[in-house]
Amino acid sequence: MAHDATTAGDDLTPGIKGIAADWAGDRETFHVPWGKAMMWIFLLSDTFIFTCFLTGYMNVRASTRVAWPNPSEVFALEVGGTPVPLLLIAIMTFVLITSSGTMALAVNMGYRGDRAKTAALMFVTAAFGAIFVGMQAFEWTKLIVEEGIRPWGNPLGAPQFGSFFFMITGFHGAHVSIGVIYLAVVALKVLRGDYERRGYEIVEITGLYWHFVDLVWVFIFAFFYLW
Amino acid sequence: MAYVALADRDHEQHLHHPQSWITRWVFCQDHKVIAIQYSITAIAVGVVAMLLSSMFRMQLGFPDSFDLVTPDKYYQYVTMHGMIMVIYLLTALFLGGFGNYLIPLQLGARDMVFPFLNMLSYWVYLVSVLILMASFFIPGGPTGAGWTLYPPQAISAGTPGVNGGILLMLLSLAVFIVAFTMGGLNYVTTVLQARCRGMTFMRMPLSVWGIFVATVLGLLAFPALLVAAIMMLLDNLIGTSFFMPEMLTMGGQGEHNGGSPVLFQHLFWFFGHPEVYIVALPAFGMVSDVLSTHARKNIFGYRMMVWAIVAIGGLSFVVWAHHMYVSGMNPYFGFFFATTTLIIAVPTALKVYNWVLTLWRGDIQLTVPMLFAIGFIFTFTHGGLTGLFLGNVTVDLPLSDTYFVIGHFHMVMGVSPVLVLFAAIYHWYPKITGRMFSDTLGKWHFWCTLLGTYTVYLPMHYLGILGVPRRYWSYGSDFIPDSAQSLNSAITVAAIFVAASQLFFFINMIWSLRNGEKSGPNPWNATTLEWQTPNTPAVHGNWGDKLPEVHRWAYDYSVPGEARDFVPQTEPPHEGVVSGRDHGVEH
Repeated sequence: MAHDATTAGDDLTPGIKGIAADWAGDRETFHVPWGKAMMWIFLLSDTFIFTCFLTGYMNVRASTRVAWPNPSEVFALEVGGTPVPLLLIAIMTFVLITSSGTMALAVNMGYRGDRAKTAALMFVTAAFGAIFVGMQAFEWTKLIVEEGIRPWGNPLGAPQFGSFFFMITGFHGAHVSIGVIYLAVVALKVLRGDYERRGYEIVEITGLYWHFVDLVWVFIFAFFYLW
Repeated sequence: MAYVALADRDHEQHLHHPQSWITRWVFCQDHKVIAIQYSITAIAVGVVAMLLSSMFRMQLGFPDSFDLVTPDKYYQYVTMHGMIMVIYLLTALFLGGFGNYLIPLQLGARDMVFPFLNMLSYWVYLVSVLILMASFFIPGGPTGAGWTLYPPQAISAGTPGVNGGILLMLLSLAVFIVAFTMGGLNYVTTVLQARCRGMTFMRMPLSVWGIFVATVLGLLAFPALLVAAIMMLLDNLIGTSFFMPEMLTMGGQGEHNGGSPVLFQHLFWFFGHPEVYIVALPAFGMVSDVLSTHARKNIFGYRMMVWAIVAIGGLSFVVWAHHMYVSGMNPYFGFFFATTTLIIAVPTALKVYNWVLTLWRGDIQLTVPMLFAIGFIFTFTHGGLTGLFLGNVTVDLPLSDTYFVIGHFHMVMGVSPVLVLFAAIYHWYPKITGRMFSDTLGKWHFWCTLLGTYTVYLPMHYLGILGVPRRYWSYGSDFIPDSAQSLNSAITVAAIFVAASQLFFFINMIWSLRNGEKSGPNPWNATTLEWQTPNTPAVHGNWGDKLPEVHRWAYDYSVPGEARDFVPQTEPPHEGVVSGRDHGVEH
């Protein structure tokens, strides 16, 4: 089929000019499905939301007049009478990172066309996500009931500790919860064979979202618990 | 297997064909109908904002003659006027209205990539507008915090609307951002992934470039506003102290403790400055197309114009604190932000030169859209030059919070984009409706608007240099000289004149809908794809059976050797004729 001289991919100009011509070529810039391109752009936008939250948090934490509570004490878990710092968070992080692994396997199985395994791995991923949210609920309960920390006040020091903690982990937890639902819906549709005709890119698109949520957690973990 | 571009896979885009009146005109997924819905809603809410401005101008011009505008109402009207104009009119009309209409048509796509999401975007936008309008009807009325909503004053007792207006405002903004994100993702993905065969990046009309870069800015800047809105909502609703410092309020110790009001300002302006360019960049793009078409000449320096749009977009993220010179920052910050601010003048000035050079020795047709476009060059140059004053820290300090700022801001971001909007509406009206508007009414509208707005905003610069502060309900004669007050009265008269002269526009638009001459598919002899549709107005799916194919750039006007003075983008190269510079081919 005769192509226009400018059709992307047919332009064999070498070097940087060739790359630029390829990117700026006609029809599509990235050779990916529309949904995948859109998910990437959405995640970029969402990155800015979390960045604003975390920058705001760092700004206030650096400038507060009242001392910030010590994270290794506040987030410690009592095991047999001794407080172990960061225990719960370590488990939560481990669970979430593991779920990224099962998600990656699901994407692989999707492209192989193995519907049953894809759906199963996605359900496992969703289950890990649900476990994560459950543990987060446990942590919130502990902070609220045992330590008496509230969004508007904090007996251990700066009131902004509670405000930022509940807001940012809550916002992230909402992302995880939405991801669990999203995964479950897509997994069910995979199982039903809804994507046989259009291909299994949707699994990867769902995976992009899920990996993003994991990545954000790494930053929250670093800035909130390790600082 | 060779990779097949998605637009070429026939099953990729399932056009949802309307079945009934409801799906054709109400819950419609066609980008053109959504564009019209967006535009009508935005213009309607803009009229509300314009009426509010007339009312508070009456108070300012003739302070002792009216009881209508009390101090509380004055602040509420000023706040609502600003917020509605910037967000709910300009952003929504440029991106939701023209973005929706022009992107698929100018790129040769059948629709946006996700039409359902696009439809949802409009309805969520409508909800945000309704929430905002509802604040007029609740006890206490809308918020009177000023459009920047600075805490602590925005949520402290004594500010009008503190018991509900501010909540509805923040909620409405959050909902608007959701709506914008749904639309914006669509616009960006459509531009990146759904262009027709032959439509390379460097063949896109500048309208699309402007809308594209502005949408990217929006997707990255609105998150800051969303975060600020969420945090202020929490401060107000459940008593957190993100932005609220420890302070005395109404003679007692406030409930808040240790928050940072300057943090809000940073978040707000990290959104707020790109927002200026979210509005300006589509205007730059659309005015370029209008100027080139009606001057019968290719746009001067197309490639420069594209890079200027991209450069302005990038720079707009590193200038935000020039809005905060008086807020108390490290002086080195002021130095940094003044430098970046002045650097942004370089690509902007480049664009102005290129517009003027496009007109230079062109075959200028003084049609109504062209008049508005040329008017824009004037107002934008004036507004831009006063921006250089305010970008310098030492000059800004005495001028800050005076009428100089009001004058500058309204020239550069009020009048200029609105003139482009009018140019664009007149320019694309024949394509949208299939009819021509009345030239006479259009010219009356132009001259009244241009001269009227100059009469309103030029004297404000003088008032500002005199030191007249903004956001004052009333100036007694011992506070400002009588001469300044009489200038104030004159401004009010001019403002009401401008508001009234918009009737020319509305009458013209509505009357021409039925009585205008049939326009034919391409009344301006324009080159871009939207004028080459098989039907006018374009029908659902835009292109009939076959998608268009593009063979040249968007600005082949008056090419030597061609029979006509324009060559549509769809025409294959003509033998023996050297086409205008086509940046689509790289060899």
